[in-house]
Amino acid sequence: MRPEPTPSQTIGPFFHDALTGEDRSGLVAPDHPEAVRIEGMVFDGAGEPVPDAMVEIWQANRAGRYNDRIDAREDLPLDPETFSGFGRSGTDASGRFSFITVKPGPVPGPERSLQAPHIMVSVFARGLLKRLVTRIYFPDEQEANAYDPVLSSIEDADFGSTLVAHEDEGGLRFDIHLQGENQTAFFEL
Amino acid sequence: MRQQSSERVSDANREVQPPYLYPDYVATRLRAPKKPLIILPKTLSDTAGPAYGRGPIGELDNDLTRQHEGEPLGERIIVTGRVLDGNGRPVRNSLIEIWQANAAGRYIHKLDRHPAPLDPNFSGAGRCLTDDEGHYRFVTIKPGAYPWKNHDNAWRPAHIHLSLFGEAFRSRLITQMYFPGDPLFEHDPIFHSVRDEKARRRMISTFDLEATRPEWALGYRFDIVLEGRNATPMENHK
Repeated sequence: MRPEPTPSQTIGPFFHDALTGEDRSGLVAPDHPEAVRIEGMVFDGAGEPVPDAMVEIWQANRAGRYNDRIDAREDLPLDPETFSGFGRSGTDASGRFSFITVKPGPVPGPERSLQAPHIMVSVFARGLLKRLVTRIYFPDEQEANAYDPVLSSIEDADFGSTLVAHEDEGGLRFDIHLQGENQTAFFEL
Repeated sequence: MRQQSSERVSDANREVQPPYLYPDYVATRLRAPKKPLIILPKTLSDTAGPAYGRGPIGELDNDLTRQHEGEPLGERIIVTGRVLDGNGRPVRNSLIEIWQANAAGRYIHKLDRHPAPLDPNFSGAGRCLTDDEGHYRFVTIKPGAYPWKNHDNAWRPAHIHLSLFGEAFRSRLITQMYFPGDPLFEHDPIFHSVRDEKARRRMISTFDLEATRPEWALGYRFDIVLEGRNATPMENHK
């Protein structure tokens, strides 16, 4: 008999000591030659910053390989000692989160397609009974983004564009709007 | 490719997982997305998953009663169980993080204003890895109920927060473990946001005499089932 899944519950407001006490927002060192800073704010439906959210990212390395044995494409380099592909950042009092990482390579999509470079994102917060899932795409990948099987499946182009980060002061900016007119596109897994 | 869907309408899972918008839990009102979710096809991006936490874990990280000079106040308990995937297979070598209030119902967090005492011998945070059969075990203190401002005279039933990774990005879960027989269940909108009664019951630990250690601590069992990678034909990813 297949066991039934355990329901999700909110992360609540008091997770910081346990989950974000140790800084996991740097996937590479700031002086890494390919380092890119991704920064953003989380907003609620009233446009107010959300100071008690936790944002996690998961991505492939520069070559487009995931640090997980299920990704068995051994022709691509893997650097598990120096690049885990996972990061975590709690929002601060002003609703801000940030990561220092590298742009991932393209990764395989459904039916032999190729997905544009992207970062998987989970958002947890008080008031979210289960996580929200979104993706960060890159503004300098216009062509790849146009052919990306997930981005191109979103009919409303403005809605889809909420998934593309913006160039901002030498880094990238990716705001997350939980609700409202500018709401970020979220996924059902 | 399938187009946008409204939230879990045709999914048998509908009643098992809480909705984003559950107005009785007031904080969901401005935080629940209103636009339709986009169906995400399974790809390596979500069937693979982070190996976070497989690095060094301290010997006492799973014993919240031994992280300070003295012993914390309250009822010492053992919380143990297994982590399984949707096919009933153990989830091995996988990180579990927990956090909770102390016996008086107070979190160590700087924003917790509940006028109950802090315990200098209790931080309320722990972590461990599951073993080869998916087993995990924590020693801690039974948390107290605590008040919140969701509605008039609102109290959360005693609970321990758990964060799990499982084997895929898809498996990621944060949940809460409750204690059997809590009179606050019927008044708690977070507990009731899970509409299926059987599913709600799966969030309640069971007293376990086998896990109980004589003259020392009561044992509670809490098994957790995560979504697995699911059989994604890897040929398509080559």
